[in-house]
Amino acid sequence: MTQHANQPILTLRNIHKSYGSIQVLHGIDFDLHAGEVVALLGENGAGKSTLSNIISGTVLPSQGEMTWQGAPYAPASPRAAIDAGVGMIHQELMLLPHLTIAENVFVGRYPLKGGIVDRREMNRRAKQGLMRLGLDVSPRRLVDGLSTASQQLIEIAKALTLDARMLILDEPTAALGGEETKLLFKQIARLKEEGVGIIYISHRLEEIRQIADRIVVMRDGAKVQEFDTADLPVRTIVESMVGRSMEQMFPPLAVPEDKTVLEVRDLAGAQGTFSGVSFSVRKGEIFGISGLVGAGRTELVRAIAGADPIIHGTIMLNGEDITPRSPGDAIRKGIVLVPEDRKLQGVILDHSIQENFAYSNFDSVGRGRWISSRKLRDFAAENIRKFGVKGRGRQKAGQMSGGNQQKVVIAKWLARRPRVVLLDEPTRGIDVGARSSIYEIIHELAASGVAVVVVSSDLEEVLGVSNRVLVMAAGRQTGILDHTDANDVSVMELATA
Amino acid sequence: MKPADTKEKLRLSELFSFGGATGPLIGLLLLCVFLSFATDSFLSVRNFLNIMDQITVLGIIAVGMTFVILIGGIDLSVGSVLALSMMVLGYLNVHADLPMGLAIPGALLISAITGAIAGILIAYFKVPPFIATLAMMSIARGLANMITNGSQIIGFPTWFNMAAIIRYGGYLTITVGIMLTVFLLAWLFQRYRQGGRMLYAVGGNPEVARLAGIHVKQVTVLVYMACATLAGLAGILLAARLDAVQPSIGVAYELDAIAAVVIGGTSLSGGTGGIGGTLVGVLIIGVLRNGLNLLSVSPFVQSVIIGLVIVVAVAAETFKRPAR
Repeated sequence: MTQHANQPILTLRNIHKSYGSIQVLHGIDFDLHAGEVVALLGENGAGKSTLSNIISGTVLPSQGEMTWQGAPYAPASPRAAIDAGVGMIHQELMLLPHLTIAENVFVGRYPLKGGIVDRREMNRRAKQGLMRLGLDVSPRRLVDGLSTASQQLIEIAKALTLDARMLILDEPTAALGGEETKLLFKQIARLKEEGVGIIYISHRLEEIRQIADRIVVMRDGAKVQEFDTADLPVRTIVESMVGRSMEQMFPPLAVPEDKTVLEVRDLAGAQGTFSGVSFSVRKGEIFGISGLVGAGRTELVRAIAGADPIIHGTIMLNGEDITPRSPGDAIRKGIVLVPEDRKLQGVILDHSIQENFAYSNFDSVGRGRWISSRKLRDFAAENIRKFGVKGRGRQKAGQMSGGNQQKVVIAKWLARRPRVVLLDEPTRGIDVGARSSIYEIIHELAASGVAVVVVSSDLEEVLGVSNRVLVMAAGRQTGILDHTDANDVSVMELATA
Repeated sequence: MKPADTKEKLRLSELFSFGGATGPLIGLLLLCVFLSFATDSFLSVRNFLNIMDQITVLGIIAVGMTFVILIGGIDLSVGSVLALSMMVLGYLNVHADLPMGLAIPGALLISAITGAIAGILIAYFKVPPFIATLAMMSIARGLANMITNGSQIIGFPTWFNMAAIIRYGGYLTITVGIMLTVFLLAWLFQRYRQGGRMLYAVGGNPEVARLAGIHVKQVTVLVYMACATLAGLAGILLAARLDAVQPSIGVAYELDAIAAVVIGGTSLSGGTGGIGGTLVGVLIIGVLRNGLNLLSVSPFVQSVIIGLVIVVAVAAETFKRPAR
């Protein structure tokens, strides 16, 4: 909030965008000053991405004017925007894993000397960019194997070496844990001091309060509200986003039964990703797993679901040792996994919704090993209705919003009536509205007697949905907290233990 | 790629898994109409039966190739496996004097083994399909040559050759009948069997398929085995047509098969397409060759034209697809 008095570096006036007859942006006005972080909030489909794509030159507005540092600004391509000093960091990282960090930073515009790539200069300048972000790695290192947070910072370094005076960060923390987020925020604060203007898009409202100076809320392609401070109750922001007053986001917790369904004893995964994990989940219980990224949470649930090898320990279901050897094995026993990465592990985007349903429910769509087209259609239609998926059976999964895709991933498993459901980051990248309906599904599951395990990087979410929370740090189990004892402080203490 | 529609009238195309092949199907019909007017002899039952005879080998190989490409793989070894199967057949039947009832299963078994080896290399040892089958292409060709040191084998029983010549009921030779049966079974499998739908899942995204409980590695090995066995079967039918076997036959057949599959709308990246499209692709190649022969176009020019057809078919498909 240092240079508010100055002229804004970016102004948008009356920006409209329509595709054919469908209008997706209705006259947006927007200002960004040097050295401020403006949070751009809204549910999926509210128009945030379209707006940021217009600013970063990916999409042309149908109407309206923009100015950039006082001059008219109408980027015809991302290149033009980059050359003007506007950098956009996409949610999906776009780094080439088999090139070095420096090569990634300078890809497409390698510094040349006599027509030959000047590696020394390239590495020097890349190092400079990395140091500016406090990232102490060699620019000669391959990107492959770097943590998501580091990759995120490299993307930012890339924009900075282009002398970006403005950055658009789209969900930069979606894949980051608490520590990494802190590190990123430190760098953002630094950039602010240098006078870089930042548009920050995120679904995590808690972090908006920490990082943003102002908040702009969009809904249905229009700017609905602007807050001059980010120091607001989350509830106020959410209500503004969804346009209605939200009752409690998380349904009230039910008391689980006494019967233990899933029991994990001294489990260890391959390559030391986690070890010595023991816990049990009761019938109707929602069991949260928390920890920083890299703590071994995902590996743990994948191992329980038979997706990753187990090198030590047992998994018991209703008192019987069923340690699975493959996902198929686990599924037959009644343990199913809703994986972390919906697009890469959950659904096949290019295939229809009904086919996606069929892949895990062959028994329900035919007889013997034969498939019936009619059953396939009816089965999908029934589940689409039951879980409130906004889509048709023959529509491709990729044509739905993330929230609806996630509902399909969950629904395809629930149709099998599993006894244990493992959900890994069930609401990552999903907007607030769809999120609460996923919480409802989770609660209904528990109420129907399923043992539910929820892994989440979103502390608020783990605390809100779980009866108990297991906390992991560096592959070890550091504690199990009851709902009444679990809060952000107690969980973070264990997560960093 | 199936069209995202709700209209009943498109159901028919989906039923035949033409899906992405509706364009090629229209192309095929246009081609037939054109040739009917351009030549005197194209539009006749006899010529049609000729075409069927000519596409028998390509058709059967292309069925196996469709499955392989559906799971996102590629099989470069089918031409060599076809030759190996033929030489094994000749050796067992003529040199070892075994009856066809043993020689044919023997040839199919050897073919299946080559496919199993390639499949295991790909699924369990993570060798890229291109490399594994390239190696198998070389190995199978070498083995085929080793059997007779490069010379041909003749002297099959008379009935064997007749299977490719006598038209039962005036229409069907046994070889064409076998090809049609293979297409029918493959189509039923792909559309109505769990195993067939699994191919789509594996090709669409192997990790999703694995987490859905599908045994991806096993499916992969079986698909390469099926592809090689079908190549072996095609070899047996070719032996019947030629009434002789020689180890140098079948060079570049894999490329024709890949071309037919791709023209038929199956994506090389896996997960979309199907047997119906491949049938159309095989027919396009067969009709085109036949028609160009009738028009006395030189084989060199034919080759150029087929290349152009591949480009047009795939480009049309890409343009039709909305950009995401």
